[in-house]
Amino acid sequence: MKPPPFEYAAPGTVQEAIALLQQHEGEAKILAGGQSLMPLLNMRLARPGILIDLNKVTDLDYIRETNGALAIGAMTRKRTVEDSALVKSHQPLLHAATVLIAHPQIRNRGTVGGSMAQADPAAEYPAIAVALDAELQAAGPRGSRSIKASDFFVSYLTTALEPNEVLAEVRFPAVPRGTGWSVMEVARRHGDFAMTGVAVTTALDAKGQFSAARIVLFGVGPTPVRARAAEQVLTGQKPSEGLLAQAAQKVNDAIEEPLSDVHASAEYRRHLAQVLTRRALAEALTRTGTGQ
Amino acid sequence: MAAKRQVRLTVNGTQYEASVEPRMTLVDFLRGELGLNGTHVGCEHGVCGACTILLEGRAVRACLMLAVQADGANIMTVEGLAPDGKLHPIQEAFIEEHGLQCGFCTPGFLMSVYELLHDNPNPSEEAILDSLGGNICRCTGYQSIRKSVRLAAEKVRTSSSAPQGG
Repeated sequence: MKPPPFEYAAPGTVQEAIALLQQHEGEAKILAGGQSLMPLLNMRLARPGILIDLNKVTDLDYIRETNGALAIGAMTRKRTVEDSALVKSHQPLLHAATVLIAHPQIRNRGTVGGSMAQADPAAEYPAIAVALDAELQAAGPRGSRSIKASDFFVSYLTTALEPNEVLAEVRFPAVPRGTGWSVMEVARRHGDFAMTGVAVTTALDAKGQFSAARIVLFGVGPTPVRARAAEQVLTGQKPSEGLLAQAAQKVNDAIEEPLSDVHASAEYRRHLAQVLTRRALAEALTRTGTGQ
Repeated sequence: MAAKRQVRLTVNGTQYEASVEPRMTLVDFLRGELGLNGTHVGCEHGVCGACTILLEGRAVRACLMLAVQADGANIMTVEGLAPDGKLHPIQEAFIEEHGLQCGFCTPGFLMSVYELLHDNPNPSEEAILDSLGGNICRCTGYQSIRKSVRLAAEKVRTSSSAPQGG
């Protein structure tokens, strides 16, 4: 199909974009990489009055490092993240998740901010943002504010962004040395949206016991789902196969109502969540140091 | 209907200027307005890869871009592979290894492979699969396409017509 008619504006700065959002409140839609919005337009599932295209806002395309923390501009393409030596060395989990996203041809266009603002519950980036305690910088008429990833993803395709705010930057705090990580997912075909996926980080203390663990599932609820009960099973314990299996079993406590559709039943998604968590924790442990 | 906008862009080295409705996709513009029918329209939601073109040297879906967004851009389509009618080594490889049957998906595959070999004329099997994963073919079962890419890489490495930026 073809998109329905809409007006089009391509501002050169974030400030101009915000002014346009205010001027057209309720009928404007932001266009970033277009890899989610364009299909919705082509299928006429989205009918905005005006598209505000951020592709001319070139100063939102950057990756900056400060003491191990990374600030990534919202219009940075996923391909840029994938190819970034800074991301690979400072945020290996983000790098690993990036190459799981769709295909090179999609990553050439799709942006970091676009994935966050789209907030597809089966997408990798929102879960990675929660797993890494990222902060999302929103620019609005009254200036900028910082939103924690855990507060940013509100519901299915819904974020904490106000209608007149633009997502400008995503900040990933420095990862403590020795932190283990893993991201795994199951999709019908390589590059498809995951039926279920998990991102984990692990840390061990000097005695070799879990000092911290983070388990974030995607594709099992309306937002990324943090499995706190499963994390608690690990904390203070020595890693063992039995312990990882026990923690994996606990992820079900965090899953309220997994999606059940033609791709996978709710039961299957629960099963995947457990299996993937167990495997991801085991992989993360192989990358975990025992701290200082 | 929204007011038309003027776009100026370069496709396969030729400059074009046209007036388009904002809602026109880039692939419809290339085919309908510029008459470059080599780029095919498949699923129109970014899944099949038939409309893959090079935008500033990068393989992208022409169905997931608007023509107005291509203002000022440098684009290469499948027609740009053989500007003088002489087939590109990648095209020759697809013929020799039977990398196509009906040919509908082929322009998209060729452009994905062009980007792949431009980045790295000696790609690993994994890199080949990652690149081909973004294009769907319903005829070949993919094995002959994999062979075509390996042969294309060989040809590109030994020929003077190594892929240049699109």
